[in-house]
Amino acid sequence: MAIPRVIPVLLLKNAGLVKTVQFKEPKYLGDPLNAVKIFNEKEVDELIFLDILATPEKRAIPFEFLKEVAEECFMPLAYGGGIKTLEDIRVILKIGIEKVIINSQAYKDLDFIREAVYQFGSSSIAVSLDVKKNFWGKYELFSEGGRTNTKKDPIVFAKELDTIGVGEIMINSIDRDGTMKGYDLDLIAKMSAAVQVPVIACGGAATLDDFDKAINQAGASAVAAGSMFVFHGKHRAVLISYPEQADLKQFFSKKASK
Amino acid sequence: MIVIIDYGLGNLGSIKNMLRKIGFDSEISADHNLIQSATKLILPGVGAFDQGMKNLEERGLIPLLNKKVLEEKTPILGICLGMQLFTNKSEEGTLKGLSWIDAETIKFDSTKTDKKFPIPHMGWEYVSEKGNSPLLQDMYEEPKFYFVHSYYVKCKNSDEVILTSDYIHEFDSGFQKENILGVQFHPEKSHKYGMKLLTNFMTNF
Repeated sequence: MAIPRVIPVLLLKNAGLVKTVQFKEPKYLGDPLNAVKIFNEKEVDELIFLDILATPEKRAIPFEFLKEVAEECFMPLAYGGGIKTLEDIRVILKIGIEKVIINSQAYKDLDFIREAVYQFGSSSIAVSLDVKKNFWGKYELFSEGGRTNTKKDPIVFAKELDTIGVGEIMINSIDRDGTMKGYDLDLIAKMSAAVQVPVIACGGAATLDDFDKAINQAGASAVAAGSMFVFHGKHRAVLISYPEQADLKQFFSKKASK
Repeated sequence: MIVIIDYGLGNLGSIKNMLRKIGFDSEISADHNLIQSATKLILPGVGAFDQGMKNLEERGLIPLLNKKVLEEKTPILGICLGMQLFTNKSEEGTLKGLSWIDAETIKFDSTKTDKKFPIPHMGWEYVSEKGNSPLLQDMYEEPKFYFVHSYYVKCKNSDEVILTSDYIHEFDSGFQKENILGVQFHPEKSHKYGMKLLTNFMTNF
C-alpha cells in the first residue's frame, strides 16, 4: 500500500514565497529557496510549486528558480503556473522537475492536455482544479487563479481528464484555501469516487487528523497543504515546518490499523 | 565515463543532478562513441514500452547496448521504464523487449480488489531486500523509494530478484543478473535512500 504522500504547496509571486487566503491577499513570507532548503532537510515526500501570477499577469515561468531547486532537491517536484505550450512542459521536465500542473489551459484546450499526455506520459502531467461552491451549494470550476468562473462541473470535467489519461488530479478548494478549517471532504470524496487516477487534496488543512480524513474517509491518494507548513500559532507567525517522518509513519499506521 | 542514455524519453536531468551531488560526473547522450567508451550505463525512461523500444531502435542503440551489456559486461542500471525494457515483453505493447533478463512486464490490475488502488501507482513505498546485492550495501533502515508506474516486472528466476514491494500485491521492484540491474522506482527522486543506491551502483560495480 502506498504510503500517504504529504505535500507542502509553495505559492510563488514575483520570485517571493507567499500564502493566500481564499486565493486572495497574498502575504509575503520570504525567499522560497530558504523554505525549499528546510523542506529538503526534512525529507518531505514531495513539493509542489504554484506561481499564482504567471497566468493572470502573463508572467514568464520562473525557470531559473526551478533549476536551482532541481539541482539541490532529490524528491518528487511539481510546478504549475502559466504553462501554455508543449515547449513549456519540455523545458520544465528537462530541468529535472518531473511533473507539471496545468490549470487554466486545461479548461481552454483539452487537446493540449491530450497531446501533452501522449508526448510526455501520464505521470508527468497533472491537472489542478480550482473549485468554489456557488450560492446554491453547487461546485464550480474557476480559472486564472480563481478569477474566472468557467461554469464547468468539476466532477464531469475530472472524468474527462481521467479518460484522457492525466496522471493526477489536484483539487484546490478556493473556499478553504488558507482558512485552516479542514479539507472539503465532500468534494474530495466525490472526486475520488469519480476517477481512477490519484487525487491530491488541497485547501484547508490544519492538522494531521485532516490528512487522515482526506485519505481514509474521502479517498484521496495524497494530501497537500500550505498554511499548515508555513505558519505557526493563531497569529500566523511565519515558521516553515513539516512533521517528522517517523511521526507521520506512526500516525498513518495507527490510523490504518483501526 | 558514466553515460545516461538519452533516447528521448524521461527525466534525465534529475539523474545527472543526483550523480553530481554524490560526486560523479556523467553525460546525457545517445552518441555511439560515448556509449562505447562508457564504464557505467544508466537507462532511465518515463513513457510507453513500445515507444521506448522504438526510440532505442531508431537511434541504432540496440546492437551497441547488447554488445556493451552482454559481451563486455558493462554495468547498467535500468530505472522505471528502463528496467522494464530489459525484460522479454510487456503487456503495454507488442514489441519485443531487450530480453536481458528472463522476466515479463505486467499491468497492474486493480479490478480484483475491493479497496481502491489508483493507477498509476504513484508515491513512496517501502522495499524488502532479497539476497545480498551490492546495490543495497549499507542501505539505511526501512528504505523507501518513490514509484510512478502502471506496469510491474515479474522475474522468472526468483534468485535474480533483489527487492520486492507491495501494491495491490507483491511485485519485483529490483533485480540483478550479474552486471544488469534494474529498479522500478526513481532513486533520483528518493532523498538519501536514492543517493545511497546510486553511490553503491557507482562504487560496487
